[in-house]
Amino acid sequence: MSEVLVLVDHVDGAVRKPTYELLAIAKRIGSPSAVFIGGADKADAVASAVKGYGADKVYVVDDAEIKGYLVAPKAEVLQQLAEKSSPAAILIPASGEGKEIAGRLAIKLSSGLITDAVDVQVKGEDIVTTQSVFAGNFTVDAKVVKGTPIIAVKPNAAAPEQGDGAGAVEQFAATISDAAKTAQIVAAQPRQATGRPELTEAAIVVSGGRGTGGDFAAVEGLADALGAAVGASRAAVDSGWKPHTFQVGQTGKVVSPQLYVANGISGAIQHRAGMQTSKTIVAVNKDEEAPIFELVDFGVVGDLHTVLPKVTEEIEKRKG
Amino acid sequence: MTLSNIVVLVKYVPDATGDRKFEADNTVDRVGVDGLLSELDEYAVEQALQIKEKRSGEGGEEITVTALTVGPAEAEAAVRKALQMGADKAVHVQDDAIAGSDAVATSLVLAKAIEKIGVPELIIGGLASTDAGMSVVPAMLAERLNLPQVTLAAVVETQGDQVRIKRDGDTATEVIGGTLPLVLSVTDQSGEARYPSFKGIMAAKKKPLDALSLADIGVDASEVGLDAAWTQVEETSARPPRTAGEIVKDEDGSGATALVEFLASKKFI
Ligand SMILES: Cc1cc2nc3c(=O)[nH]c(=O)nc-3n(C[C@H](O)[C@H](O)[C@H](O)COP(=O)(O)OP(=O)(O)OC[C@H]3O[C@@H](n4cnc5c(N)ncnc54)[C@H](O)[C@@H]3O)c2cc1C
Ligand SMILES: Nc1ncnc2c1ncn2[C@@H]1O[C@H](COP(=O)(O)O)[C@@H](O)[C@H]1O
Repeated sequence: MSEVLVLVDHVDGAVRKPTYELLAIAKRIGSPSAVFIGGADKADAVASAVKGYGADKVYVVDDAEIKGYLVAPKAEVLQQLAEKSSPAAILIPASGEGKEIAGRLAIKLSSGLITDAVDVQVKGEDIVTTQSVFAGNFTVDAKVVKGTPIIAVKPNAAAPEQGDGAGAVEQFAATISDAAKTAQIVAAQPRQATGRPELTEAAIVVSGGRGTGGDFAAVEGLADALGAAVGASRAAVDSGWKPHTFQVGQTGKVVSPQLYVANGISGAIQHRAGMQTSKTIVAVNKDEEAPIFELVDFGVVGDLHTVLPKVTEEIEKRKG
Repeated sequence: MTLSNIVVLVKYVPDATGDRKFEADNTVDRVGVDGLLSELDEYAVEQALQIKEKRSGEGGEEITVTALTVGPAEAEAAVRKALQMGADKAVHVQDDAIAGSDAVATSLVLAKAIEKIGVPELIIGGLASTDAGMSVVPAMLAERLNLPQVTLAAVVETQGDQVRIKRDGDTATEVIGGTLPLVLSVTDQSGEARYPSFKGIMAAKKKPLDALSLADIGVDASEVGLDAAWTQVEETSARPPRTAGEIVKDEDGSGATALVEFLASKKFI
């Protein structure tokens, strides 16, 4: 069975959930080979983690020489691994950096690239991807018709599947050109843990907009009662009420949870682009004319500062 | 290294507030919908102008900002807007054969056009096209021109031949440094884009706008366009409209009670 390369998404050896989702997709296509580019001392832990989600092979690429450089060296690593293993496909997490790695790799391998896949299925001979475009108003099914399919996959595109793969570890010594060692990470400030689920991974997202007036207490209270992630509109981010990493929308995160609760958010097209594929949508807004109400399964016309605390209180009461 | 030339990549896209759709061949309908300079590329133009203004003021450097677009005849509007904002020159690569190109082909045309007009010290792109936005063209261009990339910048600073940016990654906020020449891309966090002034609009009419064909830049028609695309769209479908939901007015807490009932009925609590 052909190998399918999966680039492991990790922070200092802590494997992130999208990796497991990619492994589940890889199994549909062939034999999953995880590619870990990182510290040699973390290799064992990573190998056993990805084995547990079906990796048959784990390529370990020691990053001592390339740590601190952006994008280009990782594209070279994948190019060399692809030339060695002739994979059926290469799956990469659709993060900012992941997509750029995929872009450079596509040129190197003269292969077609599909980004932001929300689903990947094998249909006959083809690997068919699904994307959500035009602010979520359309879905597009596509396939790669030249070279090795390179697919950047969005979080939540598949459910992780536990179950051991063969997990054979292979050290891979890539040759990195000096030209790839250019853009350098001068400083990095790791994101602070919020104690809440990751925005793009959460089953429920509770967001606040300009209508919060900067006071997110009611939004966060409801989020915690529901075990949800907290999101924000760009207006709230631009006002400095929440960091940019909270932003939902065209130029923020695209989320597709089971439940999205928009509070004090008008529902501009750029915000919709980030949330309108959510399964169930709820909004609380003072203005009954707010466009967000066109999207909702359930809407409350009212002041979020009075409605949300009551909702939270009632939920807590029911949870007992 | 002194900075003498900046090329800004600007794309002409269907208006996001209009009724965007696909053609029968599954390419984006670029004619039936009003188009404009991609909002996200306005931020790239803005950064180019800010860098020019700052460095010509402080260092006395003479910097030419060239707006470059690849697109149909209508795409001239995109470079025109960039000229009105303050870019000095514009280049429009237009050829019927380009229609339906994917990012790979677009990056090829951009690379060849840039080689034709002269590789500048700095190339600036936007975060993503607002139509098929992949956020990959700047990285692909860097790959093709064998240049470093410092991309997705929320904050940009340049000094001499050094460029420093701040970018919000998924797991960390990073400061990234690179040395000119390089490819930069900026997000909508990088600073509000200016509106063209009346003076700017008038001045733009006299600025040079060159049209280039594929032959002019040495790209064979077989390398671009829908037939040459390395990916193929099988099917496009409009998402079914959401069914009208229930909307209640909150009166003395009734809204909260109704919302809790709704959430419970959907098993969220
Ligand atoms: C290039 C570009 C990219 C963009 N990207 C994004 C993006 O990624 N994400 C994004 O969100 N936006 C984005 N925007 C901005 C977008 O156009 C809107 O400006 C923004 O979403 C508005 O945020 P808002 O709904 O919080 O604010 P507003 O539009 O001001 O709406 C506030 C709402 O709160 C309601 N309200 C006020 N007080 C209360 C109260 N006490 N209780 C209940 N309701 C109340 C009001 O009725 C109103 O509907 C982008 C814009 C551009 C040009
Ligand atoms: N046809 C084009 N002409 C000029 N610049 C483009 C074109 N397509 C993409 N770009 C640039 O590349 C950036 C990212 O585009 P994309 O990878 O399509 O999301 C855009 O913001 C533009 O700066």
